[in-house]
Amino acid sequence: MAGPIEVLSWVCILSGSVFVIIGGIGLLRLPDFYTRIHAAGITDTLGSWLILAGLMLHEGFTLGAAKLAMLLFFLLTTSPLSSHALAKAAFLRGLDPLQGRDLVDRHEVDDIA
Amino acid sequence: MKHAVALFLLLMAVWLLNSGHYTVLITSFGVVSCLLVVWLARRMGIVDEEGVPIHLLPRLPMYLPWIAKEVVKANLDVSRRILGLGRLNISPRLFEAPTTQRTDLGRVLYANSITLTPGTVSIRVHGASITVHAIADEVADDLLGGEMDRRVTRLEGGGR
Repeated sequence: MAGPIEVLSWVCILSGSVFVIIGGIGLLRLPDFYTRIHAAGITDTLGSWLILAGLMLHEGFTLGAAKLAMLLFFLLTTSPLSSHALAKAAFLRGLDPLQGRDLVDRHEVDDIA
Repeated sequence: MKHAVALFLLLMAVWLLNSGHYTVLITSFGVVSCLLVVWLARRMGIVDEEGVPIHLLPRLPMYLPWIAKEVVKANLDVSRRILGLGRLNISPRLFEAPTTQRTDLGRVLYANSITLTPGTVSIRVHGASITVHAIADEVADDLLGGEMDRRVTRLEGGGR
């Protein structure tokens, strides 16, 4: 018989996994590099947070849970940094984002005009 | 000095939580290595308000729940866009977001908060404005509404 905490822990882990999968689907469905970063953002934030929260509930009040909390803190501070580094590198190399509802490349539009 | 002590306490906490061995010998190794790191950091000149921002701590409990709520909302929004049937409901946009923070640290916190929220990524910080890529017009307009900017400025100690 699983206690309520155990159930909550599994709910967190499974819903976190669902968000990781959604992030993966987003990587496949979205059209260009910059929009795909947003999909990776889902995996980085809610996906990993829920999985870590589920594991912390599973651990209870132990040293292991404290280490998981530390992991959460480091993820919180480093994942936006890596996303930003990727986006900035692509931008400075001159990769233009597709824009607007019609997903036009601004440079192509300039060429036609 | 205040910042050096804070850095030492933080390093010590990380060491103690990760070690799991609490004999006198091993713990004293931990103390010595933490002191060594604080000394090195002081020599590098990074032990100051920017490197060890303890002045943010009192206001952090106000900011964290708000940003967590925003991140969850943004996650649900972007998930809905990804899973939507048929044509993707996105309209990516590149724009400049103005900032009102006084310090570099404040602007870094704002830019990181933007990136942490799915749907918006900060691409470049130059002077007082941040180049942002948003996945849809509504997301961009929401950010330009400026609530996050105001809250980060308040976290930093400015604004109302």
